[in-house]
This record gives sequence, C-alpha cells and structure tokens, in this order.
Amino acid sequence: MGNLIQIFDEPLDVDAVIDLVASPEAGAIDVFIGTVRNSTQNRSVRKLIFESFDSMAIKEMKKISDNANDKWPSIKMAIHHRKGTLQIGEIAVIIAVSSPHRVAAFEACRYAIDTLKETVPIWKKEVFDDGEVWVAAHP
Amino acid sequence: MIKVKLFGIAKEIVSSSFYEIDGGITVGDLKVKLSNDFPSFSDLRSFLVAINDEYAYDEEVIKESDEVAIIPPVSGG
Repeated sequence: MGNLIQIFDEPLDVDAVIDLVASPEAGAIDVFIGTVRNSTQNRSVRKLIFESFDSMAIKEMKKISDNANDKWPSIKMAIHHRKGTLQIGEIAVIIAVSSPHRVAAFEACRYAIDTLKETVPIWKKEVFDDGEVWVAAHP
Repeated sequence: MIKVKLFGIAKEIVSSSFYEIDGGITVGDLKVKLSNDFPSFSDLRSFLVAINDEYAYDEEVIKESDEVAIIPPVSGG
C-alpha cells in the first residue's frame, strides 16, 4: 500500500489509487483522471512538462484532503500527481474518493480537483512546435 | 543570506533556481525587490511567496532560518 497523497516521476496507476480508498464501508468510488490534451486555443501541443515544489505541494494536497474530510466526514480520498515530461494522453493527476453514498464522493472529488488547480504549487509548461508557454502565468 | 527557491516561470525569468536575499525584510519587500531586479515579474498574473511550505502574507518578516520560495501562478492538475 502506498501513500494516499503522492507525487511521482513515473506513470500513474489508476487501479492502485482506487485500491487506496476502497473499503467495505464504501458504496461508491468516484475517480477523476486529468490527462494531457493535444491542443490549447487551436495550437497543437506536443508535450507537457510538469514542475513541482514537492514538499509544499504534498502539504497543500493534504490540506485539500483534510478539508474534504471535514466537509464530507465519511469519505476517504487519495491524490496522485505526476511530474516531469508527459506525452499526449498521459495521466497528470488521479483523485479517488470513496464514500458510503455517491453524492459525497462526487462532490468531494470535484472540490479536490478545483482546489488543487488553485492552491497546489505545481506548474505545467505546454510545448508547441514553435515555442513553449507556462500555463496561466500571464493575464 | 537566504537562497529563495524559484519555480516554473520564476526560474526562467531569473535564469537560476535561487535568488539570494538577506533576512529581516518583509514578504512585500521581497516582492518589490524581485520586481525591481527582474521587471518581467510585473507581467505575471500574480506571484506569491511561501515561507516554510506555507503561503505567506506581505506583512510577514522573513527570518534567516526560513525556507523561502517564490510561487508563480500555479497550473497543476
């Protein structure tokens, strides 16, 4: 069994993340998988490079999990995030939430990915044929 | 001397993984100093400062023993 909150250099494993939250009390497991898209604003993307401030990113992801457990007390959450160079279609993040009932699992999973995108110190750079851009860096 | 960690576009703007400062200044002072030394920081949507792995307020004073990092706009997920 691995840790619930982790950052990896290697490809992520969906089944492993599901196993981390599976339990006899769960009646639902909601899974969000973020993948690398092949285009942005009509420019074709060749690959993405993710950079992470690991120690703080883990801490911020734990906060998300703790806050979710306060809001939806019966859930169990796991978040695995990738870093390094990712090709089109590869998985950048997996969030799995188990819960006795499906509503809490859906809501907590949505809360986790929305908050992660705002607070967790991880950055992605889109690489195009003719240049590269740090996503969201400029207005 | 504190070696402030730089990530993402901040690292590219400074062309280094670190930016050296002396302790005793506030987070707000650090932001102003960085923007003066490297005007491209003013073009960013925003940037924050973390002290010891926590987001810090502009009023906080940076101590010599602190681990400090510049956090440009995040884009994980």
